[in-house]
Amino acid sequence: MGNQSDYEKIEKAAKIRRTAGNIVLYFLLTIWALIVLFPFYWMVLTSVKSYGSYNAEHIPTFFTLSPTLQNYVDAFTTVSLGRYLANTLIFTVITTAIMLVVITLAAFAFARLDFKGKDIAFTLFLSLMMIPNELVVITNFATITNLGLRNTFTGLILPSVTSVFYIYLLRENFAQIPDELYYAAKVDGTSDLRYLRRVMIPICKPTLITIVILKVIECWNSYVWPRLITDDPDYFLVSNGIQEIRENGFGRENIPAMMAAVVVISLPLIILFLIFRKKIMAGVARGGTKG
Amino acid sequence: MKIVLQNLTKKFPSRNKKERGEVIAVNNFDFEIPDGKLVGLLGPSGCGKSTTLNLICGLQKPTAGKIFFGDDDVTNLPPENRGVGLVFQNYALYPHLTVQQNIRFPLENLKGADKLSKEDMLKRVYEAAKLVQIEELMERKPSELSGGQQQRVAIARALVKMPRVLLLDEPLSNLDARLRLQTREEIRRIQKETKITTIFVTHDQDEAMSISDMIVVMKDGVVQQIGKPQEVYDNPVNLFVAKFLGTPPINVFEGSVRENMLYIDSEAVLDVKGAPDGPVSVAIRPEGFILREDGPLHCSLGRLEVMGRDVSVVSSHPCCENTAIRSIINAENKVDLASETVGFALKPAKTFLFNRETGERVYFTSSESGRM
Amino acid sequence: MEKNNIKGWLYLIPAFLFLGVFMIYPLVDVFVYSFEEGYNSASQTFFGVGTYNYSYVLHDPYFLQAVKNTFILVIITVPLSTGLALLISVGLSSIKPLRELFQTIYFLPYVTNTLAVGLVFMILFKKTAYSDGLVNLLITAFGGKGVDFIDGPYWAKMFVLCFYTIWVVMPFKILILTSALASVNQVYYNAARVDGTSRFRIFRRITIPMISPMIFYLVITGFIGAFKAYSDAVALFGTDLNAAEMNTIVGYVYDMLYGDSGGYPSYASAAAIILFAIVLTITCINLLVSKKHVHY
Repeated sequence: MGNQSDYEKIEKAAKIRRTAGNIVLYFLLTIWALIVLFPFYWMVLTSVKSYGSYNAEHIPTFFTLSPTLQNYVDAFTTVSLGRYLANTLIFTVITTAIMLVVITLAAFAFARLDFKGKDIAFTLFLSLMMIPNELVVITNFATITNLGLRNTFTGLILPSVTSVFYIYLLRENFAQIPDELYYAAKVDGTSDLRYLRRVMIPICKPTLITIVILKVIECWNSYVWPRLITDDPDYFLVSNGIQEIRENGFGRENIPAMMAAVVVISLPLIILFLIFRKKIMAGVARGGTKG
Repeated sequence: MKIVLQNLTKKFPSRNKKERGEVIAVNNFDFEIPDGKLVGLLGPSGCGKSTTLNLICGLQKPTAGKIFFGDDDVTNLPPENRGVGLVFQNYALYPHLTVQQNIRFPLENLKGADKLSKEDMLKRVYEAAKLVQIEELMERKPSELSGGQQQRVAIARALVKMPRVLLLDEPLSNLDARLRLQTREEIRRIQKETKITTIFVTHDQDEAMSISDMIVVMKDGVVQQIGKPQEVYDNPVNLFVAKFLGTPPINVFEGSVRENMLYIDSEAVLDVKGAPDGPVSVAIRPEGFILREDGPLHCSLGRLEVMGRDVSVVSSHPCCENTAIRSIINAENKVDLASETVGFALKPAKTFLFNRETGERVYFTSSESGRM
Repeated sequence: MEKNNIKGWLYLIPAFLFLGVFMIYPLVDVFVYSFEEGYNSASQTFFGVGTYNYSYVLHDPYFLQAVKNTFILVIITVPLSTGLALLISVGLSSIKPLRELFQTIYFLPYVTNTLAVGLVFMILFKKTAYSDGLVNLLITAFGGKGVDFIDGPYWAKMFVLCFYTIWVVMPFKILILTSALASVNQVYYNAARVDGTSRFRIFRRITIPMISPMIFYLVITGFIGAFKAYSDAVALFGTDLNAAEMNTIVGYVYDMLYGDSGGYPSYASAAAIILFAIVLTITCINLLVSKKHVHY
C-alpha cells in the first residue's frame, strides 16, 4: 500500500482542495450578501443626498460627502408619512390583539373541550386552510362596501382577525399539554377560562410569540386589502402610502425624499428583527410562509 | 495491518465558556495493536475511547503524536485514504437507500484504477452480505430492519471495501440483552473469518472481556493497562482496573500491612511477604474467598443468592467500601444462615493490594497457596 | 370527560363568525358571481346565468397577457430561487466563522415591506433622462448597451420582475433549507467521509435525499406563492400593470374588481376561479411527483 511520499502528496492535495473550496465558498456567500444588502445601502445613501445633488449626478456616486436630513423632514411634512405610520401601527396592534383572543378561544375549544360536532367542525377548519385569499377577497370587498365600512379601521381590520392556520398551530401546541394538568385544575375548582389563562397560555407562550411576530410582519406589509378598501389617504397604511408617494407625492422625481420615506417605513421591522432575531427566525422556520 | 499509536494526544478547547482551558481527551497514547487481532478499547464514558477511534479513522486530527498503519504514517491523511471501515454506534445507515444500496455506497466512491464494474460491485456486495448473513434483506429499507439486522448491514457496509482496519463504536449498545450476546459472537466470527485488524469501543467490560484478543483499559484519556483479557483480570496494575473489570465487582477493603502481614480491622488475614508496611486498599475478587468457620476475616452475614452451581454470599464488613460484599462459593458448601457472622480465608492470587493514595498495585508473595 | 356542547361552541363563536362571514360565505358567493352574467354592482342586478364571464375573461387579451406573465414568472423564479437557496444553504452549513452574520443578512428581505424596497429596485434599474441608473451604469461599464428595465422592452421588465421576486422569496427558502440541513445527523456525513465520498456525491446522494421533503415543500409553496404574485409587480411598475404589460393573474383580478378599470366583480370572480383551478392542478401534480421522489 503506497509509500510515504505518496501519502504526503495526498495530504497536500487534500489540504489545497479544502482551502481553495473555502475561498470560493466565502466569495460566493459574500456576493449574495452584497446583493441582499445593496438595495438597503442604496436607499439609505440616496435618502441623505440632497435633491439637487442627486439630480445633478448623471452617473450615481457610491457615497456622499454632504449628507442631509432634509429629505426626512420633507417625507414627514410634504406627504403624510406620519399618518401612514400611525395608521399602520393602529391597524397592526388592533388586528393582532383581536386575532389573539379569537384564535386562543378557538384553539382551546378544539384542543381541550369535548362537544358535539367538534370533529366535523375541525375538519371544516382544516379544509379552509386551502382556500386562497384571492378567492374570497372579491365578496369581502363587496360586503365591506355594502356595509359602508370603506375607509374605516373596522373595514380594514375585520377580515384579517382570524387565521385558520394559526388556530391549527396553537391547537397542536395546546394538545401537547398533558390532560392531568387540566383534571388537577378541575379538582381544585379552577374554571376553564382561568385554566386557559393561568396554565395553557403561559405554557404555550413561545408559540403565541411566534404567531404575534408573523402576524405583525404580515400586517405591516399588507397591501392588497388596504388598497381595495381605502381610497382616502387618511386611512392609508404604509404600503399604500408609499405607492401613493410614488405616483403623486413629492412630484415624480424627488427620489431622495421617496427613499427617505422608504427608510422610515422599513426601519421599524428591521429594528424589531435585529432585536428578536433568533425568535423571529425560529418562528418563521416553524410555521411561516410569506404573504 | 499492525496499528501503532505514538505519543498520541488530543486536546479540545474547554466546552465551558467561562473557564478557558483545554480538555485532554487522549493523553500521550503509546501502544501497538498487532496484526489481525480483535482489540477492545474499554473504559467508562468520557474516558476518550471514542476520540481515540475517531483519531484512528481520521475524522479528527491529533494535537500531537503519530499514527502508523503498518509502516505508513497516516497521521494527517484524510479518512478516505486510510482504508478504514467504521461502524457507528447508531449504525448511520442511509435511511433513503435500500440495504443493497447502502452496502454498495462505499464501492461507488472508488475512483481511477480502483473503480469497479457493476458486476464486480454486486459480487462484492453479496460477499459482504453473505458474511454477515443478510442476503435475504437486500431490498429492504433500514427502517424495516430490527436493530440486530441494522447492525449487520452496517458491518457489511464497513467490510465491503476491504478495509485494512475495522473500527466499531459501541457496536452492541443499541441492542437488547439477548441480541447482544448473539451479536458479539457474530462479530468475533466475522473478525476470525476476515482476519482484519479490528478495534471496538465499549464501556461494557463483559463485552470486551468475552471476545477480545486484547483489551486496552482507559480512564480520563490515559491508558491504564493493555493485555489479554484474562491477564488484565488476573493481574490489574491499579485499583481502577481492578474495580472496572469483573462481575460481580471486586470487593475493596481498607487494610494495612505490618511486618509482612495484612490486617483488615484488627484481624490478620493474609501473610504478604514483600509488601511495605503502611495503609493499603485490599481488593478481593468474589471468587477469592474461601468459606471457613475459622477463617481470619469475619463478616456479618446478610443473605444468600443462589445461582445454581454457585452461591453468592452477601455479607458486610465495616472496613469494606462496598455496601455488600459478594463472595462466590461452591454451592456444595453449607452456610449456616442462623449464625450472624461468616468466616473467610483469602486466596492470595485473587487478593490484590494497592497503595491507598496512588491506587498503584503493591506486589507481594504469599506462602499460603489458597488452601481449599 | 363530560360533553359540554354549549360551552364548546361558545368558544368557537368568534372564530366561526369571522370565518363564516369572510371566508365561507365569500367562497360560495364567488362561484355565484362568476356565473351571473352582466352583473351590475351599482344596481346589484344581472341578466342571466351562464359561462359568459369565463369566456369573456379567457378571451380578454389583458388576461392572456397576465397568464403568460405569471407562467413565465413561475417557471423562472421557482426553480431558480429553490436551487440558489439550496446552494447557499449548503454553503452556509459548511462554514463556521461568520455563519450567523450571513444568516442574518440573508433573512433581511423577509422583514421588509415589498412595496417600499421595490421602489429601490425601481430606481436601481430605471433609466431616465437625468440618469441611466446604477444597473445600466454597470452594464455599460462592462461594454454592454444600457436598457430601461422599468419602461423598456418586455424581456428587460420581466427580468427585473423575476430578479426582484427571487430577492424577496430567498430568505424564507434559505431559512427552511438551513434548518433542514441542520437536522440531518452529522453521523451520516462522517460515515460518508470514512468511505471516501466526494463532496459532490455526499451532496447528491445523501444531503438531497435527506432534505427532499423540505425541498418539495418549498417547491409546492413556491409555486403557489409565485402564481399569486402581484405586489412585487406593483412595486416595480406601478398600479397600472396592464399598461406596462406586466400584469399578473392576481393583478387582473384586482383590476377587474376595483380601480380605473374596475367594477366587474363577475369577471374578477371568474378569473380568480381560473387561477384557483390552475394552482390546484399544479399542486396536485407536485404532490404526485413528490410521492414518487421523496424518500420516507
